[in-house]
Amino acid sequence: MSVFTVARLTFLEARRRRLLQLVLVMGIAFVALFAAGYYLIHSESRFSIVGERLEASNILLLMGLYAANFLGVVLAVVMSVDVIAGDIASGAIQTLVTKPLRRWHVVLGKWLGLAALLSIIMTLVSASLVLVAWIISRYLPDNLPEGIALMVLAQLLVLTVSILGGTFLNTLANGIFVFMLYGLVFIGGWIEQIAAFAGNQAATNIGILISFVLPSEAIWRRASYLSQPSYLRQLNVCPFVTLSSPSPAMVVYSLLFIVVVLALAVIVFHRRDL
Amino acid sequence: MPVIETENLRKVYRDVVAVDSLTLSVEQGEVFGFLGPNGAGKTTTVKMLLGLVHATSGSASLLGGKPGEPQAMAQVGFLPEHFHYHPWLTAKDFLDFHGRLYGIPDAERRQRIPVLLERVGLGGREGSRLSEFSKGMTQRIGLAQALLSRPAVVFLDEPTSGLDPLGRRQVRDLIRELRRDGVTVFLNSHLLSEVESTCDRVAIMRRGRVAGLGTIEELTGMQLEVDVRASGVTDNLRAGLAAFGRIVAEDRDRLTVQIADDSVLPAMAALLVNGGAHLYALTPRRLSLEDLFVRLVEGDSG
Repeated sequence: MSVFTVARLTFLEARRRRLLQLVLVMGIAFVALFAAGYYLIHSESRFSIVGERLEASNILLLMGLYAANFLGVVLAVVMSVDVIAGDIASGAIQTLVTKPLRRWHVVLGKWLGLAALLSIIMTLVSASLVLVAWIISRYLPDNLPEGIALMVLAQLLVLTVSILGGTFLNTLANGIFVFMLYGLVFIGGWIEQIAAFAGNQAATNIGILISFVLPSEAIWRRASYLSQPSYLRQLNVCPFVTLSSPSPAMVVYSLLFIVVVLALAVIVFHRRDL
Repeated sequence: MPVIETENLRKVYRDVVAVDSLTLSVEQGEVFGFLGPNGAGKTTTVKMLLGLVHATSGSASLLGGKPGEPQAMAQVGFLPEHFHYHPWLTAKDFLDFHGRLYGIPDAERRQRIPVLLERVGLGGREGSRLSEFSKGMTQRIGLAQALLSRPAVVFLDEPTSGLDPLGRRQVRDLIRELRRDGVTVFLNSHLLSEVESTCDRVAIMRRGRVAGLGTIEELTGMQLEVDVRASGVTDNLRAGLAAFGRIVAEDRDRLTVQIADDSVLPAMAALLVNGGAHLYALTPRRLSLEDLFVRLVEGDSG
C-alpha cells in the first residue's frame, strides 16, 4: 500500500507545483502550432499526385511526433531528476523512509507516480497530433496504438535511468548523467541511420550496439517505422523516416532494461546511508 | 525489555570514526537525553537506530526488531535535525500524507490532524504551505508529524533549534506530557537546561564514545564540590584539606575541593580554623550538568 501512497503523492506533487498546469498550457500551444502549420501546408500547397499528399501528411505528422517524443524525453528527465536526489539533499527523505515502509516502496512509488503522469501526457499530446492530422487530411498512421505505446516506453526508459541516477548522484550530476547518456544514444541512432543509408554494415552495427546502453532512441525509431505506410519506407529519405528499424526483440530488451535498472536503483538506494 | 538497545555500535565514514563502540539501552517510558558537542556522533547514532544509516559493525535493536523494520517504525515518531519537507505542501496535506504512510484510517486522520496542529501551536494553519512557515513553525510541523501515529518511542534530534523561548518551553512541556503517557523519548540535544529539566537519564558522548551515563543525580551527585574561601592557608593545611578529597582548583585565597559527601564539612572547617587560617566561606555545591558536560568534553568542542 505504501508504494501507492508514495506514487499518489508523487503524481499529486506535479499538480501542487503547478507543473501539470504548465505542461497542459505548453502542450496546447504545441498542438495548436502544429495544427496551424499542418492546415496551411495542406490547404495552400498543390499536390500533383495522390502519393505526394499522403507523403507530406506522413512526414508532417512524423515530424510532430518526433518533436513530441523529444519533449517527452526532456520532460521525463526534468520531472524525475530531483525526485530522489532532491529529497536526499534536503533531508526530506529522512522523514519519509522512517515511516513504516521499506525503502523499495519509495523508489517504486516515485517511479510509478511519474510513469503514470508521463504516460498520460505523452498519450494526450501524441493522440492530439494524430487527431489534428486526421481532421485536416483524413490521414491516419499505421499501427497507432502500438506507436503511442512505444513512445511512452521510450519515455519510461529515460525516467528509469534518471531514477537510478538519483539514488547515488546529486540533482545536477544526475541531470548531466541522463542527458549525456541520451545524447550518446541519440548520436548512435543517427550513425545507425546514416550508415544504413550508405550501406555501411560495420557502422550500422556500432549504432545498434550503442542503443543497448539506453534503448529509448531505438524504441522511437521502431514507433516511427511502424507508423509509416509500408510503401513509403522504400521511397523516403528524410530525418523522420526510419531506414534501419530495431526488431521486436528491442522492445523485449527495453522492458527487461526497465526491470533491471529499477532493481539496481532499489539496491543502490537500499544500501546507501541517508 | 529495553526499547532501544545497542551493542558495540560503530560507524566509520571513510577515515572518520563517527561512532566508536557504543553500548547503551533505554527502557520503556524513559526520557533519555543524548548529549555531546557538535560532531560527537549523536545524529549518526539516531540515524543508525532508525535504519537511516547502516552501522559499520555492532548491533542495534529498536522495539525488539532491527532498526528500520516497518513493524517497529509503525510505533516510532522521528523529528530529524534541520527538519525540512516539500515546501509546496500545505500543513494539512503534509500530515495527511504521512498519516497515510502510517496506515491511519481516513476518519482518524481527519479528526487527529487539527488536534495535533493545535497541540504544537499551529492551530488554524491547516491551509498554509510549508514554504510560508518560519524556522520555528517548520520545527513545530515536524514535531506534529513525529506524534502522528501515537508512537511508543519518539526520537527528537535538536527539537528546540530555531524555537523562541516560548516554543522551547512548549517543547519541554510536550516531552513531559509524553513521559506522563508512558512514551519513550530519545532526546538529542546540546541545550543542557532542556535536558536537565526533562530527562530521566542521560548519556554524554565524546568523540563517538560514551563519556558519562546515568541519571542526572548519579552523574552530578558523585561530584560534590566545596568552594573554600580562606586566607592564610599554609602548605600544611593544604595537605590536610587534600586528605578530605581532591583539590580541583586553586586561585589565591580560593580553593575547590571535590569530596564524597557533605559529612566532612565540619571537620574541614575545624581544620582550617584550628590551623590558624581565616575562613570566610565554605560552600558545598553539587556540580551542574553544564559543569559536568564541560569537564567531560573539554577541549573537544568544534
